[in-house]
Amino acid sequence: MSASANLECPICGGEVTLGGDTLQGELIECSDCGTELEVTSIKPFAVAEAPQEEEDWGE
Amino acid sequence: MKIGLLHSLIRKDEKFLLDEFRARQGLELVMIDDRKLTFELGKDSFDIDVLLERSINHSRALHALKLFESAGITCVNNSHVALICGDKLLTSDALANHQIPQPRIKIAFTEDAALEAIEELGYPVVLKPAVGSWGRLLSKVNDRDAAESILEHKTILGTYHHSIFYIQEYIEKRGRDIRSFVIGDQCVAAVYRSSDHWITNTARGAQASNCDVTSDLAELSLRAASAVGGGIVVVDLFETSDGLQVNEVNYTMEFKNSIHTTGVNIPVLIVDYVVNVAKGDVDG
Repeated sequence: MSASANLECPICGGEVTLGGDTLQGELIECSDCGTELEVTSIKPFAVAEAPQEEEDWGE
Repeated sequence: MKIGLLHSLIRKDEKFLLDEFRARQGLELVMIDDRKLTFELGKDSFDIDVLLERSINHSRALHALKLFESAGITCVNNSHVALICGDKLLTSDALANHQIPQPRIKIAFTEDAALEAIEELGYPVVLKPAVGSWGRLLSKVNDRDAAESILEHKTILGTYHHSIFYIQEYIEKRGRDIRSFVIGDQCVAAVYRSSDHWITNTARGAQASNCDVTSDLAELSLRAASAVGGGIVVVDLFETSDGLQVNEVNYTMEFKNSIHTTGVNIPVLIVDYVVNVAKGDVDG
């Protein structure tokens, strides 16, 4: 398990904190702007705006 | 025992499952990201004992499950369940074939035929895309003018899917519906989904609250689950003056808002079921 880290939200520049148990592909939310972000890498940590909902997404 | 987890984005639901899998002795979890996955037909082999499907895209889940099964892997849920549950028309047809109470539903393939079907059912009426989820693209059609324009829009603006007109009798839900959680042969929990809006998906802001699993609710939920092939499914139901009616059945159970609400540890029960399938104690 990696150490936690603070990153910058790619949308608003706010601080995004990733815990040590964060997974690649995990969805998180920027607490400043509420944007849904995807953890695109964990070594090193990196986040990007999560993909938009597609027509066949769901249950 | 090796368990494959087919996923795309990892949501809170998947995080709960991962935590539970990792807490179990003797289980090795193999993460399979559907965005990186490739198959070679006739040549694939996978070093897993069972696959749990958690994809967000229905199209990917459906085809990946079929190909994993062709490679000899038992899947939860299996591709037949995904095929039926992923298409409301097929779901409703399966429910009808098993005499399960549901709203009246008419199907048409042209604007004219659909308008005739709508007029016969009477207003208001609900139009839904056969493939869709989270309350997307649902239309409550209140009169002929609206019907004509929605049918035209669907025909012209949509892909061919949108010219498969799934027309459902409008049920007055009085602000709520019921979602029940079926795992194998157990209806393990249920919630009311309440909203001022006629669409009661939690994805659209509906609030979940606990719903007691009565014997009627359990019995109908299990019959509906069985009609679509069983496994781990959620059943959406309406409370009507004629009793409970099944609206639809979904095959990638979302439960993150329902654990605390119901007091039932749903991820534990899911993992138990998957392990039992892997052991061969339960059919996938």
